[in-house]
Amino acid sequence: MTVPQASKVGLPLMNLVRFKGVPILKQLHLEERLLRTSSDNWCIVNDGTNAPTIVMGLSGKPSELLEVGSVLQDKVPVIKRFTGGGTVIVDPGTIFVTLICNRDSVPGVQPYPRSIMHWSGLLYNEVFEGFGDFRLHENDYVFGNRKFGGNAQSITRKRWIHHTSFLWDFEARNMAYLKLPQKAPEYRLARSHMEFVCRMKDYMTRSVFIDKTLKAMENHFSVRPVEVDVDASVHDAGFVHSTKVLMKHELEEALPISI
Amino acid sequence: MASRLWASRAASYLRISAFNRGFASVVKDFKYADSHEWVKVEGNSAVVGITDHAQDHLGDVVYVELPEVGAAVTQGGSFGAVESVKATSDINSPVSGKVVEVNEELSNSPGLVNASPYETGWIIKVEMSDNGELKSLMDSDQYSKFCEEEDASH
Repeated sequence: MTVPQASKVGLPLMNLVRFKGVPILKQLHLEERLLRTSSDNWCIVNDGTNAPTIVMGLSGKPSELLEVGSVLQDKVPVIKRFTGGGTVIVDPGTIFVTLICNRDSVPGVQPYPRSIMHWSGLLYNEVFEGFGDFRLHENDYVFGNRKFGGNAQSITRKRWIHHTSFLWDFEARNMAYLKLPQKAPEYRLARSHMEFVCRMKDYMTRSVFIDKTLKAMENHFSVRPVEVDVDASVHDAGFVHSTKVLMKHELEEALPISI
Repeated sequence: MASRLWASRAASYLRISAFNRGFASVVKDFKYADSHEWVKVEGNSAVVGITDHAQDHLGDVVYVELPEVGAAVTQGGSFGAVESVKATSDINSPVSGKVVEVNEELSNSPGLVNASPYETGWIIKVEMSDNGELKSLMDSDQYSKFCEEEDASH
């Protein structure tokens, strides 16, 4: 029998959902549904996704961001998600942490991108203290000048989501599917992927990272674990997701024209 | 001093008033929603966009998701989104009705929302279904005060 956590006086309630190896499409569908149709605060942790998948932001263009020929040849799935931000390739070495909050639950944070991003940087300062030269830098989480966490958000009238893909580990060859983006942060300085990113596993174990993250959440929220059937949520009638898998023809249309 | 006087005269000519902080502008005859959209009423038609306050807080807009012409909008409901920094942010309609025109220029030049939020950065035109809804919106003075209070509380 599990004993529900006592609610800490004064802290807003937050539901905690922990997954391992859930496909990223199912995770994103759940997140979008919770953002749009729930009135609770949520923290979702997915400790690795099941298979390598490319995930682009809402306005991402495959022709600009992907080596489309290789992606098609190797049949790598490409998803366009409901949040903004850039393109990532995720796999079992990626750890996802998502926060979905009512704006009123986070006092002092305005429902705008920079305000939410700044607050998240303070939260993760608590997580990474003593583990490396951590900071939020041009909307990325970095150790020194190397990125290990990418962020994206979606903001509605009363709620917002801030989700992060953390590179605990990655396959170097997978980075080859991604082009150097035209819009890159200044600190990237035209570095290739391998020179720009770093692996969290060089700093901490997966379990230490997740434990410290949940501990940091408890400083701001009254966290209670809940069970969610991610498969049930995918088939929730009455809600139309904007997150979608790109079809083969959509990728083929993005191939460079050979003369 | 002279440039401030010129700016004040230009603002007056354009019917724009600026905050004492010298920050977000409003247009006197428009109406405003608490989600920071403006509406310019022309008979039964409404032109909708986001305010100077909103564009300033959002940062550089890199993409605007527009609705289809013919789509229905409801007061307070979202009809599209802007992308800025790493975020998509809903745009909510201040009035109910039907979308009769969208600003196609924003597909090539999303930055118009930042550069000219009240003029060339307009987003949709709506054929209103209920003019009475305008009564629940703020005028420019009320909206200015609303923005000041919102910024001060954070």
